Parts: sequence; C-alpha cells; structure tokens
Amino acid sequence: MITLERIVRELRDYDGEEIKIMEVCGTHTSSIFKNGIRSLISPKIRLISGPGCPVCVTPSVYVDKLVDIAGQERHCVLTFGDMMKVKGSRMSLTEAVAAGARVRVLYSPLDAVKIALEDKNTQYVFAAVGFETTTPVYGVLLDEITKREIHNLKLLTSLKIMVPALSYVCENEKNIDAFLAPGHVSVIIGCDVYKELAQKYKKPFVVAGFEGEHILAALYEILCQIKSGRHEMRNLYPNAVTEKGNLAAQSVIQKYFELKDDSWRGIGTIEKSALKLKPEYSKFDAGSSFDEFEEKIPAGCRCRDVILGRINPPECPLFSGACTPLNAVGPCMVSTEGVCGIWYKNRGGKG
Amino acid sequence: MYIDLSHGSGGKQTSSLIHDIFLKHFDNETLNKLEDAAVLDIGGRIAYTTDSFVVTPMFFRGGNIGKLAVCGTVNDLSMMGAKPKYLTAGFIIEAGTDMNQLDQIAQTMKEAALEAGVKIVAGDTKVIEGSGNVYINTSGIGEILKEGVSIQNCRPKDAILLSGNLGEHHAAIMSGRMGIENTISSDCAPLSSIVADLLKNGIDVHCMRDATRGGLATVLNEVSESSHCRVEIDETSIPISREVKGFCDILGLDPLYMANEGKMIAVVPGEQAEAALAAMQQNKYGENARIIGDITEGAGVYMTTALHGRRIIDILYGEGLPRIC
Repeated sequence: MITLERIVRELRDYDGEEIKIMEVCGTHTSSIFKNGIRSLISPKIRLISGPGCPVCVTPSVYVDKLVDIAGQERHCVLTFGDMMKVKGSRMSLTEAVAAGARVRVLYSPLDAVKIALEDKNTQYVFAAVGFETTTPVYGVLLDEITKREIHNLKLLTSLKIMVPALSYVCENEKNIDAFLAPGHVSVIIGCDVYKELAQKYKKPFVVAGFEGEHILAALYEILCQIKSGRHEMRNLYPNAVTEKGNLAAQSVIQKYFELKDDSWRGIGTIEKSALKLKPEYSKFDAGSSFDEFEEKIPAGCRCRDVILGRINPPECPLFSGACTPLNAVGPCMVSTEGVCGIWYKNRGGKG
Repeated sequence: MYIDLSHGSGGKQTSSLIHDIFLKHFDNETLNKLEDAAVLDIGGRIAYTTDSFVVTPMFFRGGNIGKLAVCGTVNDLSMMGAKPKYLTAGFIIEAGTDMNQLDQIAQTMKEAALEAGVKIVAGDTKVIEGSGNVYINTSGIGEILKEGVSIQNCRPKDAILLSGNLGEHHAAIMSGRMGIENTISSDCAPLSSIVADLLKNGIDVHCMRDATRGGLATVLNEVSESSHCRVEIDETSIPISREVKGFCDILGLDPLYMANEGKMIAVVPGEQAEAALAAMQQNKYGENARIIGDITEGAGVYMTTALHGRRIIDILYGEGLPRIC
C-alpha cells in the first residue's frame, strides 16, 4: 500500500525531463490551487489548464445574442451566475441589466419552469451553456416544458462536448505529455472514451476526483506511466465514474440533441464538438445557430494560447494589467472556473 | 393587514404604525418621548457607525433582517473595543408588507437589542411603492472600553483567533433563496459579550474584525494591508461544519469567502493567545473558537493547506456566484 507521504515525496523529488500535464476540468484547476498542489510537486512537472471551463469557451457572439434578447420588450434571459460577467463584442449581461435589460440568475435550470408559468406574458430564454455535465439537465427541462405545455420558455444553446476538444489538443499541441481527465464530465460519458485517445495519441489519461489527495494520486499515476513508457487510461475515481457512464443521462442528451461543428472561444472551430437541438425540437430554440460568425479576439489577448496550454496566464501581456477579474478582456479571466481568473486570485503563489 | 402608501403619509396611519409596532417593541424612556432627536448621556470617547440592510429573503433560518440590523451595528461598534449603547433604526417599507412580518422583525430587534445591552432611542419610517420588502438602516454609538483597537495595529508574533465556524449565514441565505432543504442556520449574533469577555480577562487586543461580506479571506487581507504585515493561517485549524462544507462542495463555494454575521477575528499578542482562546470559548458565541494563525513580517495572506501545500488567499472579486460545473 503506497502512502500519501510517499506519493508527495515522489512527485516532489522528480528530476527527469519536464512533464506537461493538462487538466480539462475547471473544478480540478480550482482544487489544484486550493490545495496548493503546485507548491508540493517538482517544478519539472508542469500543470497546464486546458479548455475545461464552459463559460470561457463560449463565443462572444453568443453573449451578444443573449444581450439582444434580454433587451427586447417582454423578454427575459435566465442564466447561471457565471455568464453574467462575460463580455460579448459590446457588453456583458451585467452591463445590459444596468441599461434596462431583464436577466435573472438561477441556480437550477428547473427553476425556469416555475418562473415561466408565473408570468406567461414574458418570453423567457434560458442561456443553456455547458459540457456533458449540464446538458442532461436541459433535457429534463425540455421534458418539463413539453409535459406542462409551456410556450414562453426556450433555450439558447452553447453546449460543448469534451472528447473532440481533447482530440483537438492532442492533434495540435504535441507538447502535452498526459491528461488529467475530467471528473464531472466523466461521470456522464464514462471513462472508456479515454482508452481510445490514450492509444491513438500515446498519452496517459487518468480520471481523478476533486480532493487534493485524488489529484496527487492521479499525478503520481501519470508519473509512473511516463517513467515506464506506458500510456493508458486509468480510472482513479471509480466511486463516481463507470466505464460506460450514466446511460440514462446519455439517453436524455440523445433524445433532444445532435452533434454539430462549433466555434470555441479562443480556439476556433472544432468539428462535431458541440450539441444542438434536433430539428424536431427547433421550436424550443431561441436562435442558437451563428453560422456566419467570426470571433474577434481582443488585441493582445492570448486566451487561445492559455487554453491550449502553450503559455501560463502570467505570460500574457494583458494579465493582471489591462485584464483583471474586475475588467476582464479575455474569456479566461471572466469565470471563477477560468484559468486566468484562478491564476489571478492566486498570483504571487508558486506557479 | 398590509402596509399601504397611506402608512407613509405622516398622518394617523403613520402614527398607528409607529405606536403599534415600533414603540410597542422598542419601548424605552428616550424613544417614548417621540422628540425630534434623542438626548443622551455620553461620557468619554465614543465609537459611532451606521449600516444598511437589504437582505433577501427577509426571514431565514436563524434570524431575519431585524436581527441582522441590530447585530450588524452592535458588532461594528464592538470590533472597535466599544460597548454598544444606543442605536437608531430607519425603516424603508414597501407597500404590500405584511404587518405581522413587520411586527416579527421589530420583536426580533427588541430581543437582539436586549441581549446586546443597547437601546433603540430614535427611528424613522418611510413607505414607498413596491412589493412587500423592508430595508433597515441602523446607526449606533458605543462607549470606548479599550483604546487603540485598530486594523492598523497588528504586529509580528501576534496570534489570530477566529470565534467559530465559517460560512453559516451565507449558506443559510443561499439555501433560502434556492429553496434547498437543510438544517444550516445563520450564525447572526451580537458579539458584544465576547469582546467584553476578552477585555475583562485582560487581553491586550490589537485588532478585531467581524467577518461579514467577503468572509474571513477579505478581513485577513484588510489586516495585511492596513498593518503592513503578512498573515499566515493553517487550513486544518479553521472550523467549518460538515454540513456547510458539503453545501460548498456542491455549489463550488469557498467558505473562506462566505459571509458570516456572528463571527469575528481577534488579533492578540502571541503570549496571550491561549488566554484569549479560553475567554472566547467560554462565551456561547465562541464555543468553537480556534487559533487559526499568526502575523509575521512581510505582506499578503498565506495558507498552509491540509496537504501541507501553500496557497495565497486573495480578496474576493465580484460576487461569489456558484460555478456551473
């Protein structure tokens, strides 16, 4: 039985070639900071935060559309709190509210049902953002909308899926040596999907939980695999993550949604990397297709390089100067899950 | 019975509102005179503060807006080493407010004031259009018991004490807003008696702060900035109930940044740390008090995590919104 002390010692004393490990789950990024993981491990092991924050990769044109809807007469946007501060090309929802638009922050999409029933003269639009973790809940919401014959509640979707993004990073960023596979997303999609990625790209994929100990154990597993030249999928979060995932949640997703190519803020278009409502459910869609869209990246912003793990946030010229949580230029600074936001809060700590 | 705009007219209904609710509960010689201002006896140096309360929902597990309005101002005075003496209370009442709720709010204020040993000696009511919300401003005067208690007064080798569990008020309010069933109760409480106990036991308190909005993390950053020192805390010493921890894990909240309404830090000379801890723990609002860290030379707030990692604790940016994944 290997002890935590031994794991920490091995990770701290590693002195081989530099290893770059990417995590793609905002909760992992946050836990790495909260537990001071970087201060515990060798500087030769670099932890890089990938495209794991749904708010951060949502294109600005999506925010613009929300702002437009919220400003229309008898319309109201319903959203999670994180989305409020994200700037579109003109403004954020917070700024739109100050200018008279109607937006309500919800904690659960299902609260939208009650709100829509209470005021039938308002057209409500839910800002349906997220990865596979949140998408099933939108499916359940659509079930409710149908069952209760609600006509004044639609979704504006920006729903991403994780595996195509991981493939994209593997194809385009050869310098990432291993992946800390996401926790929450894997609960839904299962861990078998990473086996193929591990074989195809010859990189370890280790599924981890969220406590500091879980993350250290996963890093140690990656270190062992790299030292012995292996590249396997390992599931170190078996209490929550199964091989096939949550089949009920997957079937809810499949009932309502189908794959589409989509733009990731800071990255560009990734093939079949998102979900849209199937044509038979288009009546629930508040206008989620943005085909002619071209992302304008603010001058100097290097969110793309941050999300792809090419640089750490402090290497961006705007970081902590022009771009801070109170005045975010790039999407990674906006969300509490965003890589730059998390780095800023912990700046001065050992990166 | 509900409040309507006529209760703000200044006429008969206003008078009834004041008599039937506020005078009934706040009853004291000074207030009962209904003069334009209270005439008070104040000797020596005073502390003086004001605070406004706009909480939604108005009633929550462990208290209501009235209890907050009294405790908030009492605590601000206490943190300056003062004994709270007199409060004023201004009510902005929206039409549609249920009279029974207003009565309950006033009743709670009376009880909190009684416990804290303060009198509500002046007040005001205004009625505005709206949908039944109440907003309260309180101001307060306290008599300074110990000079020099200040956020600028922390020194290297001082110890930092925290009076109890973090995050309970914030979690109770959010549970109320989100309709989540749990047993988390707001910690809203007057801290005047803990302060009295510390001073009575001869603790040379350098600084006290209640950890309200922005939470412990924000208060410690204020200490670091104002006293030009480094704050070092130990994660394992910070008390958080299992239920609040679970609540935070689910919603992606950090207890260090969550608001409290009955928790304070006290920064005391290192050699008095144990005596101060004992004094706090004997008080019913300080049973779970801990020594959480100390002051050193330098800058910033640092935490040693449970895994012995190091983490910087920054101030809160924006509102502490729950994460979506």
